[in-house]
Amino acid sequence: MGLWFMEGNHAMALGAVHAGCRFFAAYPITPASSLLSSMLQLLPPAGGIVVQAEDEIASIGYCLGASMSGMKVMTATSGPGISLYSENISFAIAGEIPIVIVNVMRQGPSTGAATLGADGDIQFMRWGSSGGLPVIVLAPTDIRDCFALTVHAFNLAERFRCPVFLASNKEIGTTRETVDLNALPKPEVVWRTLHTSGTFLPFAVKEGRDVPEFLPIGGPIPVRQTSSTHGPDGFITNSPREIQAGVERLKRKIESQVESFAFHDFHAVPRARTLLVTYGVTSRAARVALGKLHCTDARPVSLLVLKTLWPVPEQVLLEASRTVDRVLVVEMNLGQYVDEVRRVLCGKRVDFYGRMDGRLITPGEIVEELCRGDSA
Amino acid sequence: MATLLDPRRPPAFCPGCAHERCLHALDRALVQLGLSAGDVVVVSDIGCSGLMDTFFATHAFHGLHGRALTYAAGIKLARPHLHVIVTMGDGGVGIGGAHFLEACRRNLNLSLLILNNFNFGMTGGQFSCTTPPDASTASGFLQGLEKPLDICAVAAAAGAPFVARSTVYQRGLSQLLSDAIAFPGFSVVDIWGPCTGRYAKRNPMRPEDLEEKMAQLPTFRGPIPGNRRPEYGGQYRALSGKKPPMGPTQFCIETDFFPAVDDRREVILAGAAGNRIISAGTLLAHGAVAAGMHVTQKNDHHITVMKGPSVSEIIISPVPVGFTGVECPDAILAVAQEGVLRTEALLGKLLPTARIIAARDLSLPPVSAHTLKVDFSAHGIRRSERALAAVALLARTGDPITVEMLRAAIARTLQGKALEESLNLLARTETISLAP
Repeated sequence: MGLWFMEGNHAMALGAVHAGCRFFAAYPITPASSLLSSMLQLLPPAGGIVVQAEDEIASIGYCLGASMSGMKVMTATSGPGISLYSENISFAIAGEIPIVIVNVMRQGPSTGAATLGADGDIQFMRWGSSGGLPVIVLAPTDIRDCFALTVHAFNLAERFRCPVFLASNKEIGTTRETVDLNALPKPEVVWRTLHTSGTFLPFAVKEGRDVPEFLPIGGPIPVRQTSSTHGPDGFITNSPREIQAGVERLKRKIESQVESFAFHDFHAVPRARTLLVTYGVTSRAARVALGKLHCTDARPVSLLVLKTLWPVPEQVLLEASRTVDRVLVVEMNLGQYVDEVRRVLCGKRVDFYGRMDGRLITPGEIVEELCRGDSA
Repeated sequence: MATLLDPRRPPAFCPGCAHERCLHALDRALVQLGLSAGDVVVVSDIGCSGLMDTFFATHAFHGLHGRALTYAAGIKLARPHLHVIVTMGDGGVGIGGAHFLEACRRNLNLSLLILNNFNFGMTGGQFSCTTPPDASTASGFLQGLEKPLDICAVAAAAGAPFVARSTVYQRGLSQLLSDAIAFPGFSVVDIWGPCTGRYAKRNPMRPEDLEEKMAQLPTFRGPIPGNRRPEYGGQYRALSGKKPPMGPTQFCIETDFFPAVDDRREVILAGAAGNRIISAGTLLAHGAVAAGMHVTQKNDHHITVMKGPSVSEIIISPVPVGFTGVECPDAILAVAQEGVLRTEALLGKLLPTARIIAARDLSLPPVSAHTLKVDFSAHGIRRSERALAAVALLARTGDPITVEMLRAAIARTLQGKALEESLNLLARTETISLAP
């Protein structure tokens, strides 16, 4: 009996291996580099492949090639690297290439402060690709999530054939923490649906389905992959009808299913008139803040910790805020996800608190912000 | 006649386009090698050369401009048996320069065909990295300011073991491509030809003009003896198979002790690079984990790790740690002034019950906490030993770990000389008085 003591980044590597990831490519960048070290320890002995790429464009490029060859792939970087991934993220969306992208966020903008944490890329991950089509973003809060959400991220990438982000943070990725690996929930592992019978067209979907069946490049049946706007056969199309049907499907296949993967923790408190909404490492301060609050005679507050950030789990937000008249969103940035909460809870009072100075938001600050709102 | 071209999709290049000659030469080479559609993937990128994959009945992967070599490498590593043919234009070499150099250095068994027509045809005839300075292009005088790239010379300098140059008109082109594909390593063929739609109208491009220009450059006909070496994929598989697998118990710390404390404790080790702050913090953490405590460790150091402050924050708790920040430390172990400066705000907030263990030569702000100043030098404790010595002194108070827990953590974590030195240091700290 014992406990494991490791970085969040290493727990993600273990989650990836558990999920069947056997290909990892990355370019060194603080604070994501230790994921490269961990994967280098774990994958080669398991028959997997680790590539240290010449730049971030290449690291995601290697992954896309390997994914289309049938492997489960992952890459890891921080904000500056996501900028360089951008064009290939659009490709993964368009070409329906499963890939897990870890973003161990650091304080920005730009080169920023490499060794300080922040959640400054929350809108960037969603919108930082051409065409504006949806991606999935999951946000871990601690080392347990680093393992479990990584497995979920692979499952979702396989199920929807799309890029899935893990929105980590320096404060999660490089903080060492105890965890009981034996007691961790280990989600069942999902693989992409293979084409088994009939004529194969690389982007054709079966009746009632939104995700094409997969065959790998390198198998007996020739497979086409393309970043160009294509029809079901994988060749360029100029037909407005075919183009529109294609992009609508790419949007629908993910957004219509979000309720099936809207990971979250909702701590409903009876008679609460305020809902605290947060995600990532800040949710840990929020939990402590609520503990402090409940020890006083302050008004009760419920807490919603979102672990699926994109697509926005709108039903979860609506349901959690149904009986409150104030929502406070706390983020390690200058206000990003709060815009989504305001959009979904249109008309409700939604306040924001955040900082992006490289320090954790503290439980005390959250308590103060909750009390400030009460007296307002 | 045998072909791997898709009969339903005849080539759609401009009349006289060099790419069409290339297409047929590649097809003849693949057929000559006896390959079938499932054995081959054609990886292409953007521009007219990027149409190549659409005419073949093989596997095909068409991606972003200049990035074809990256996809190809991913495919080849995942599917070593596959013949991976990469087609790029001169534009792709320019925008993907880093990938080109990397592919040459890496020597993965890919075959790169550069369809070099000296301009960006599809976008209107702008100059590329291979356009001669005296050419007339859609970029006005700009290309005259830049020196064209000798692709083959660069490839050879970067380590490509097979480099060849040819025009699309040369008789042996399909044989050359066949040799390149059969070569067991990275091969580059720089294939010159006219872009009839955009470039050749303003710049004479008869076969003899091309031959004449090519004759002015060094000749490359295939293998570069000095660059011959084992192929990357085979090497990777050979070496990766020798790595011992990581066991499931890596990072697992058995519970061997009862906890020394029953409440949350926050400890800060503050010093400078060279004090081994993080190593000492890790030993403290391991000591607590071995008592079944939940622990977090957050480290902070200067970007250049050998200079500047170094801080390790450890939280020890009987329940899983919620907030990982340290707001009100129970102990600060300060061993260098850089660390004091970094933790000044917290020093001011210390409760009287808190404990400071500090090197005697440090200047501390006025604090109400229980302070022990230690003359490390007088006890023969080096800079690199100060942090662990401070942890040992803290352990002697029995809070948050005991000396036995620290000793066990040292014994479990360290080996050889480091183990011996650390145990010896632990013994030396036993003579230091804990009286303030």
